[in-house]
Amino acid sequence: MSTESAPAPQSGVAEDVKHGQRIAVSALTTNLREYGLIIALIVIMLFFQYTTSGTLFKPVNLSNLVQQNSFIIVMALGMLLVIISGYIDLSVGSVAGFIGALAAMMMVIWPLGVFSNPLVVSIVCLLVGALIGAAQGYWIAYHRIPSFIVTLAGMLIFRGICQALLGGGSSVGPLPPSFKQLSSGFIPDVIGPLTLIPPTVNAAGKTIIGSGLTLHMTTVVLGLIAVLAYAYFGFRTRRKRERHGYEAEPFPLFVIKTLVGSALALFLVFQFASYRGLPVVLLVMGVLISLFVFVTKRMTIGRRIYAMGGNAKAAQLSGINTERLTLLVFINMGVLSALGGLIIAARLGQAVPAAGLGSELDVIAAVFIGGASAMGGVGQVIGAVVGGFIMGVMNNGMSIMGVNVDWQQVVKGLVLLGAVIFDVYNKNKA
Amino acid sequence: MASTILEMRDITKTFPGVKALSNVNLSVEEGEIHAVVGENGAGKSTLMKVLSGVYPSGTYEGQIIFRGQECSFKGIHDSEHIGIVIIHQELALVPMLSIAENIFLGNEHATYGVIDWDANETRTSALLKKVGLKEDPKTLITNIGVGKQQLVEIAKALSKEVKLLILDEPTASLSEKDSQALLDLLLEFKRQGMTSILISHKLNEVNRVADKVTVIRDGRTIETLPRKDISEDRIITSMVGRSLDDRFPPREPQIGDVILEVKDWSVYHPIHAERQVIKNINLNVRKGEVVGIAGLMGAGRTEFAMSLFGRSYGRHITGEVSLHGKPLDLSSVSKAVANRIAYVTEDRKTYGLNLIDHIKHNVTLANLSGVSSRGVIDDMREMSVANDYRKKTNIRASSVYQLTGNLSGGNQQKVVLSKWLFADPEVLILDEPTRGIDVGAKYEIYTIIARLAAEGKAIIVISSEMPELLGISDRIYVMNEGRIVGEMAASDASQEKIMRAIVRGEGKAS
Repeated sequence: MSTESAPAPQSGVAEDVKHGQRIAVSALTTNLREYGLIIALIVIMLFFQYTTSGTLFKPVNLSNLVQQNSFIIVMALGMLLVIISGYIDLSVGSVAGFIGALAAMMMVIWPLGVFSNPLVVSIVCLLVGALIGAAQGYWIAYHRIPSFIVTLAGMLIFRGICQALLGGGSSVGPLPPSFKQLSSGFIPDVIGPLTLIPPTVNAAGKTIIGSGLTLHMTTVVLGLIAVLAYAYFGFRTRRKRERHGYEAEPFPLFVIKTLVGSALALFLVFQFASYRGLPVVLLVMGVLISLFVFVTKRMTIGRRIYAMGGNAKAAQLSGINTERLTLLVFINMGVLSALGGLIIAARLGQAVPAAGLGSELDVIAAVFIGGASAMGGVGQVIGAVVGGFIMGVMNNGMSIMGVNVDWQQVVKGLVLLGAVIFDVYNKNKA
Repeated sequence: MASTILEMRDITKTFPGVKALSNVNLSVEEGEIHAVVGENGAGKSTLMKVLSGVYPSGTYEGQIIFRGQECSFKGIHDSEHIGIVIIHQELALVPMLSIAENIFLGNEHATYGVIDWDANETRTSALLKKVGLKEDPKTLITNIGVGKQQLVEIAKALSKEVKLLILDEPTASLSEKDSQALLDLLLEFKRQGMTSILISHKLNEVNRVADKVTVIRDGRTIETLPRKDISEDRIITSMVGRSLDDRFPPREPQIGDVILEVKDWSVYHPIHAERQVIKNINLNVRKGEVVGIAGLMGAGRTEFAMSLFGRSYGRHITGEVSLHGKPLDLSSVSKAVANRIAYVTEDRKTYGLNLIDHIKHNVTLANLSGVSSRGVIDDMREMSVANDYRKKTNIRASSVYQLTGNLSGGNQQKVVLSKWLFADPEVLILDEPTRGIDVGAKYEIYTIIARLAAEGKAIIVISSEMPELLGISDRIYVMNEGRIVGEMAASDASQEKIMRAIVRGEGKAS
């Protein structure tokens, strides 16, 4: 099994196999957290697929699931960097609510003329988010006020402004249909649909909705490109590492990982394609996730954030401007909170005073379930995303099952605690 | 003839994959000071953890016989109960509590949980008198220096009716003066009949106070030397298993022009704004030269170096720095690094390393642009850089993916050094580069320093170990109370001369 690992010693096959096993075991244990999390997500999904009698994986429900939880994941990307840096941000739910209200006021109430155009409003809102992040980050970075306190204040302040803006308890809407596309839209099928099984026609000559199978071809093509790119880049990186003689992961493990990942992705693509195609918000999320994976894994700024969270003093004495980096991390958080707020408003079709209420806790939970350390310096984008999906699938699955909202909270709390205990236990064992 | 108070027989302790101790024997007589020496990782601390019950009985093989009774400790509480008290290298005091509160922490004079403060403080005063510490029992730990904190630890041990006192590297972070005081105190305790075990790297101290020395190497007892056979050379030979004729690598200094020149450098304390920490320092270092800065703990050497390095310490910093005769802007660490100045900290765990990250990421941290283009890191280049420096500085690790937090002190120091070497500095400031690391690793660090000097770098070494400074420097500045109080060529410097400069300086200052 170790045909791909370092040149085999002459001492015989048995030893070679042993060597390979050792490498495989060490690769498995080092990645246990990552694999464990993905396996946990799959198990949870299968569990709900069973208990909801197959509703969970229905194309329409998958679209719902994504649309309901995307804002959590978008904000979790920002929160991950905040937590890696060794801080926390409690204000994201309130900021999202405030931005939703601001967007609604600009589009519906205030007479702004051309500036009430959804695109202009969205850009302005993201800038306001950046400004909010900068305002909070400034106190945290340059005056060393604990982030818990600054953002706790922000949480109160922006919820208050949000409610004041909407004039007490009322909601503002309806928002323009083009704006709602951000959350409830699907990408247009530029290639055209492909009908595999024609829909059944009933006696009255009308098609029965939901029968037959028509694929959204743009989604299929995009999905295939994404999967091929994933496999290609995975393989290329591996080859490059091998050429330099640095490879820890055995080839079979790599193949299994890539195959399982691709199969899972293709299955989801197929489900989306058989409904109305790829939700716009999923595309936005996908782009953001890829960007953040790249930034954290490959870019110097990502490395500096990890170093700052791991040991701020050592990072500072290595020439890293930790103050500016902190400010940037919070600006990024502000922008993503604003985007989260826009997504919430677009999904509801209106701004409500309670938008995003309590979502900071879901976001933080997603990051911690994803394996980030509360001490800073540790955490992965993929972990936070999977953590977000675990929360989302549980919300969705339990809602379909008809579990009371109160008990949903209890279950989510237990899962968070369990995930972190699992982490700590693993670390102590190592 | 004194009786044997402690006998450890055939102690074997295995961790998954490694045998930390194998058949170690240690026999301590009542009333003696017994030194245990050995390189880092030799097993001294493990042995002491077995003795104090940190590793409970059953997790090791062998016997512990204390005052004629075989002991099986389930935890540190059991060993303290019968009078074995260990004081760890890293002090275990709560900074925001008072001396009295710390001494009786977990052991308060209390009735039904209500503390009798008067009793605590009276007893604390008595204990403080015993260890010769003149402080109010109500003083917070954070407000007294490390030397005094050490004394508080000892007072705490005394409060527990200690019969056998174990000190793990007690003088590692103490100044020469405080160290001497501590050793005197140990001798005083000995006169009163107390038995102590002293674990130390500083052989001159061992030489001074120990009645017997047990040498441990690679988890085995090598030998126990009686008083008359104790000498530094003898111990070193036994510790490293070979004779270290030279404790310092030979070098042929080739000294060029002045590279870095500091003029009239003054710094004030970051919190107490009226306190001037550094007073008008003038100093220079030449190409290929190793310049030592000697002084006692608290002389301001680290503060000087850090204030120079991107103003990382203090405020109201005034003075001029020039590099190759041109004025230099060192107002931030990144500017200092860009001007090819590096500062290797004395406290590698707090200021030098990201302990939860691996060697590779630590080595490249100060020069990420060296392994990236347009902000994107080239993984392969980073990997080869890390491997390269691992070889160059001889970092012993399973791979560059080992977490720096799991390395020994010497190897951690080499990672910090590698980080700064990769930043390609012209001027290197090394602050206590060999603190807390073993003889073998020290020699390796000296070799690196010699090589760098030969490459034409200008090197400043701050060290509290005078033999080290004398051994590796070309020129020595002596600092005291924030001033330079002496400058001498290493060839005509001696420990005595340095001490005299310090004492004279003290006279001047008052």
